[in-house]
Amino acid sequence: MEAALQSIWFFLWGLLWAVFFMTDGFDFGVGTLLPFLGKDDTEKRMMINAIGPLWDGNEVWLITAGGVTFAAFPAVYALMFSSLYTPLLLILFALIIRGVSFEFRGKVESETWKKVWDACIFVGSAAPAVLFGVAFANIFQGLPFDGTGYHGNFIALLNPYGLLGGILFLLLFLVHGALWLTIRVSGALQQRADAAANKLWFVLAAVAVAFLIATYFYTPIYHNYLSSPVLLLVPLITVAALFGIKLLLAKQNYFKAWFSSALTIVSATFFCIIGLYPNLFPSNLDTAFSLTAHNASASHLTLTVMLVVVLLFIPLVIGYQLWAYFMFSDKVTMDVLAEEEAY
Amino acid sequence: MDVVFLSRLQFAAATMFHFLFVPLTLGLSVMVAYMETKYVRTGDKLYLSMTKFWGKLFLINFAVGVVTGITLEFQFGTNWSRYSEYVGDIFGSLLAIEATTSFFLESTLLGVWVFGWKKLSKKAHATVMWLVAIAGTLSSVWILLANGWMQHPVGYVLRNGRAELESFWAVATNKFGILEFFHTVSGAYVLSAFFVMGISAYHLLKKQHVEFFHRSFKIALVFGLASSIFVAAIGDTHGVHVSEVQPAKLAAMESHWETTTRAPIHMFAIPDEENERNLIEIGSIPGLLSLLGFHDINAEVIGLRDIPRDERPPVLLTFISFRVMVGLGTLFILLTLYGIIRRNRLLESTNYLKIMLFSLPLPYIAIELGWVLAEVGRQPWIVYGLMRTSDAASPIAASQVLVSLIGFIVVYGLLGAIGFYLIATHARKGPMEPETA
Repeated sequence: MEAALQSIWFFLWGLLWAVFFMTDGFDFGVGTLLPFLGKDDTEKRMMINAIGPLWDGNEVWLITAGGVTFAAFPAVYALMFSSLYTPLLLILFALIIRGVSFEFRGKVESETWKKVWDACIFVGSAAPAVLFGVAFANIFQGLPFDGTGYHGNFIALLNPYGLLGGILFLLLFLVHGALWLTIRVSGALQQRADAAANKLWFVLAAVAVAFLIATYFYTPIYHNYLSSPVLLLVPLITVAALFGIKLLLAKQNYFKAWFSSALTIVSATFFCIIGLYPNLFPSNLDTAFSLTAHNASASHLTLTVMLVVVLLFIPLVIGYQLWAYFMFSDKVTMDVLAEEEAY
Repeated sequence: MDVVFLSRLQFAAATMFHFLFVPLTLGLSVMVAYMETKYVRTGDKLYLSMTKFWGKLFLINFAVGVVTGITLEFQFGTNWSRYSEYVGDIFGSLLAIEATTSFFLESTLLGVWVFGWKKLSKKAHATVMWLVAIAGTLSSVWILLANGWMQHPVGYVLRNGRAELESFWAVATNKFGILEFFHTVSGAYVLSAFFVMGISAYHLLKKQHVEFFHRSFKIALVFGLASSIFVAAIGDTHGVHVSEVQPAKLAAMESHWETTTRAPIHMFAIPDEENERNLIEIGSIPGLLSLLGFHDINAEVIGLRDIPRDERPPVLLTFISFRVMVGLGTLFILLTLYGIIRRNRLLESTNYLKIMLFSLPLPYIAIELGWVLAEVGRQPWIVYGLMRTSDAASPIAASQVLVSLIGFIVVYGLLGAIGFYLIATHARKGPMEPETA
């Protein structure tokens, strides 16, 4: 009973991260593509306004994932965030700068002013994309800690597998972002987004294959799959969804291509989460010190209370976020840009 | 410099900076929602341009507030990991509930409000702003329940080497947190009212957009008077509760050294922490501290000398913060009362308008000092009576914290400067549309 509740929380924890990557992922992608696809100020504004109404609500998934880690697995929250101090603070600073950039950019009529904030949007979108990948890839490998504490440092996180994870995340989000643009912009910009998604897809596919192979050599992720092969259905969905992007994109069926990309991200996250189970924060020095869903969880009462809260409110959140998504899935036109409130 | 000290500095810098923006978000959202509702009800375009003008200032302010809030949640893990592990069972769940129930709603719907002018009916659009305001307020309920638990832990049991939740109901109805909520939110309303009145006074003094700013001023005036009275009244109740559950904070607030009945308040005093006395005490009113702290003129008030040295908060800072906060709070009531009397002759009352313009920063000072009092006055405890701040920090290198602290100061310094610069320029520019009242 207790173990079941802890396992439910483990997968809810994974789900929150997956939804965060799926939602904020495309606005990280759009922000990173900003200097490459937006040829002039109008196009750049189109790109920014394509994510304008949604990025803030997307980012709350991160706050919730963090909060749920704190509530459901306090020991993991404590060790994970103090161990990964430097990358986490870099992510936070990047998100801070990115968030204000959207708001500040259009508030002063000056070329230099806009250039500064465009650069901030780029760095503030690309850096978290890469760093989340690096952080999670290192978690999959296990981190150097034991009973006496954490013995790693930031540079050590930038190992080959960690970097591969960073590149994979960035590419997933770039494709996801380019696809979002194909839905929300038109004309030459849309064509460029389409072309970018097409080209980036090949790189993504190549890196994904490399990551799957490297995962076998660098991490114990496949263990759970070897003991219950039926789980391999999850990575199969990932592969199918990844190919689905390409096929749907060729048909210019942009909505479905974006959903396929969303499914790719969610199922890829779950592929890793299932492989990680029951570990949340494994040690690569001595697995006896690994933090798991069962040895690092909150009390039974807290897990129960939180489960009630999450089951009541997360469907509600999904409901009004879907409402907002559908409201802002139409084209960003010149009329929209002319509005006083537009970014 | 050790990790605990640096982490405290970093947390203080990050929270105090964050709180330069939060109160205006809380109060201005309500006023903007009210203005938009007036527009929907009356069809008067002036209310629409008021909604847009104050809404724009709200949004710039919100942007800085929201991004600086993200770091706070994660700092408990990065810098206070021992604390997080010890109390996460309770404290963490309050933060998670805040995000799930309130912050999602606020952030998602604000995007809808900003970009949805043409996509929603007028009524629905105004409703969205009300929901944003309500979600922001709900957010503060959970955050202040979390802080209230650090001030006065309830509903827990010590088990498995940590504080575990025993009664969620007790945590969610913690009197300390609820009083903090009402005190903080009404303080935020005062700040927002003075913000609107200050900017309106600027334009009224220049005799521009007169009808627009006269109306804005009057809305803020009523809002400001009601909330300045409420914040003082709830502060009094809150003080009584502090006296009961945090005697050391009460003694430090008043620099009260000797345990006595009929304890006095000194109008002016200079605490001497080294020698456990006050260097100077002027204008002592006997019994006033007993009266304020316990609503009983003869009540016994514990002095700092009867509290072990290592359980006393820093006296001077606690003492000054309390004094200045209360002094300013009194001033806010007087200023808004006077405003009510002059409300129909505002344009001629140039001196009053000047005072209101220059009073704009005062509630910021008062509300920050309120937090200094609450947090410094709780020391040396991170959770009152349960865990010491010195036992709570992460086992990380001081150099790491030093670097991030410098990062915080530089980034936040720049953000703050730019944020306030943009608010000031847009405030000075006045409303965009011509008046069509």
